Amino acid sequence: MAHALTSPTYVQSLRKTLHDVMDQDPAVVVLGEDILDPYGGAFKVTRGLSTRFPDRVLTTPICEGTIAGASVGLALRGMRPVAELMFGDFATLATDQIINHAAKFPAMYNGQVTVPLVIRMPMGGRRGYGPTHSQSLERLFVGTPHIKVVAPSHFHDAGAMLRAAIYDAEPVIFVENKVLYPQRLRLEATDTLISRESVGAPDSYPTVVLRNYAPTEQPDVTVIAYGGMSYLLAPLMARLVEEEIRVLACMPGCLSPLDETPLLEAARATGRVVVVEENSADFGWGAEVAARIYGACYAQLRAPVVRLGAAPTVIPAAKALEDAALVSDESLLSAIMEVLS
Amino acid sequence: MRTDARPPRLDRTATRAATATAAAEPMAERDAQDAQDAQDAHFYSQMYLIRRVEQTLLDLFSQGKLTGTVHTALGQEACAVGVVNALDRERDVIFSSHRAHGHFLVYSDDVGGLIAEVMGRRTGVCGGVGGTQNLHVRNMYTGGIQGGIVPCAVGAALAEKLKGSGAIAVVFLGDGTMGQGAVYEGLNVASLWSLPVLFVLEDNQYAQSTPKALEHAGDIATRPETFAVDRAVVDVDDVRSVYEAAQRAVRHVRERSRPFFLALNTYRLGPHSKGDDTRSPDEIEAYRARDPLPRLAARLGDEEREAIEGRVEERVRQAVEAALAAGVQDLAEFTERMRWHTR
Repeated sequence: MAHALTSPTYVQSLRKTLHDVMDQDPAVVVLGEDILDPYGGAFKVTRGLSTRFPDRVLTTPICEGTIAGASVGLALRGMRPVAELMFGDFATLATDQIINHAAKFPAMYNGQVTVPLVIRMPMGGRRGYGPTHSQSLERLFVGTPHIKVVAPSHFHDAGAMLRAAIYDAEPVIFVENKVLYPQRLRLEATDTLISRESVGAPDSYPTVVLRNYAPTEQPDVTVIAYGGMSYLLAPLMARLVEEEIRVLACMPGCLSPLDETPLLEAARATGRVVVVEENSADFGWGAEVAARIYGACYAQLRAPVVRLGAAPTVIPAAKALEDAALVSDESLLSAIMEVLS
Repeated sequence: MRTDARPPRLDRTATRAATATAAAEPMAERDAQDAQDAQDAHFYSQMYLIRRVEQTLLDLFSQGKLTGTVHTALGQEACAVGVVNALDRERDVIFSSHRAHGHFLVYSDDVGGLIAEVMGRRTGVCGGVGGTQNLHVRNMYTGGIQGGIVPCAVGAALAEKLKGSGAIAVVFLGDGTMGQGAVYEGLNVASLWSLPVLFVLEDNQYAQSTPKALEHAGDIATRPETFAVDRAVVDVDDVRSVYEAAQRAVRHVRERSRPFFLALNTYRLGPHSKGDDTRSPDEIEAYRARDPLPRLAARLGDEEREAIEGRVEERVRQAVEAALAAGVQDLAEFTERMRWHTR
């Protein structure tokens, strides 16, 4: 555990990558609202950048459409823009640029151009910001051809994933769940209760597999999740050690397009699967995962896949209401017990 | 040419230049006349090419030889010819919209690539994927989302400024597009960050079927003023006046690294896309009498004009023939290209 205390937090990891790539690569441009020092961005991911790189760190007017659109133009002309939307909910204002321009230009020009941009979006609730500043709108972008939707958990090397996104040839929607910013990254192979394995290229968007049991033991249940769900999942897995419920958790770094192989392997290992996301579950990412599991592992399933997400409504401002609307450790535990019964 | 009530300061520079020419010796005068004649012939060949390509596309559509849609700019050719010829083709970046055949042809002169693209052939400039509205060649990008290209042009101008390339970005807009918020975000940021963006408004008075009076409050051409963007307004009767105004505008943008807004009053003599014209025939006829193409033709000798037209007809004929003979890209080939492209 002492090791964990020295590891950077999620926000520190992201910030270090931005400092490093801006230092190493004059093509990297950072733009967004309120990102200049001393303020350094609403969540401080960009702190220090404008002092070191004043020409390439641009604070913008409140115009998410142009933040995204200017990024498209920068990327078309050889730069590597990293845009910040202050809150992920504002992605709706940038969606024309993301879907009709960033995603379509390379394909509609028959592969003759690339649009290597990153749009960082702080998503998620649990901070009392209310309906217009708390949703997880990555659901709007998953499944859109020719863009990637990437969401590091705090078991991912968030900074390394951001670097991979910046050097990705495709546009990347980079989802940062707000509750993760102060969390220390947990990249060690084991701590006292949970082991961690990273599957897939480490310099890309690996899938993280977590186990709360010894490698010699058989898991009881598979939980598939991503991004901010690690905040709930890790403490719950630690708690379930005592109950002797062995959880195999699988968290892909890239939501879309989806490398389903490690997910299907994890589903086959138990035949009992919970898919959990912070979004409401209807028509969501979890539905896609469940469909793939049914398609590929139907014979090995021992119970129907359980999908868990937020209540199908807005994220309320009042804390008690917000807590009730979002997935909690209790509702996640209930889902696990349901699939085990 | 009618300049705006408040002409840009650069207009005076042009007047001084004209006075200097008039005072020069007869030999220089004759040279200047020869240069003007050569320019007229060159511009006519481009305008006539655009006109014939677009008429041909409409014919092909009527014959069922091309499908989907095609937006033409019959009558607006002088905008494309005047502005694109004022650019530095080697480095400047052009964004345009759904009505961009003319801009494309003046920029690239790739008749075969355009016709094949609109006809969906593999030999088209975008392999038949982009089609009439979504063209790309070198530094030119067109897109079918009204106003969406404005922020892209702003970002491209920022990239060129950061690279120190000396290039400017040009974005063509229509009067209908001036209803989009993205245009004003773009004007604001281009001015705020002193970016080299030339906004060109081709005001043809209609957004598809809807007249300007039902779309806009106030005068759209004065809107840039509130963003501290200098501007000029030109009536597009003569391609020369467009070209001269565009040269001044380009110089302003490049030398000052500031945006400029060039409003061109023009008129679309053909339908929005195919046979979908609901405008008054009298109105169209009145504008047909002001068509810049015959006006320019009248300055050429018959022999020269006929030679130009003959060459254009032959180029268009060959381009159509080649496109008809070319195949269509298959989906597997396209998806494989995209897969490799994004690795």
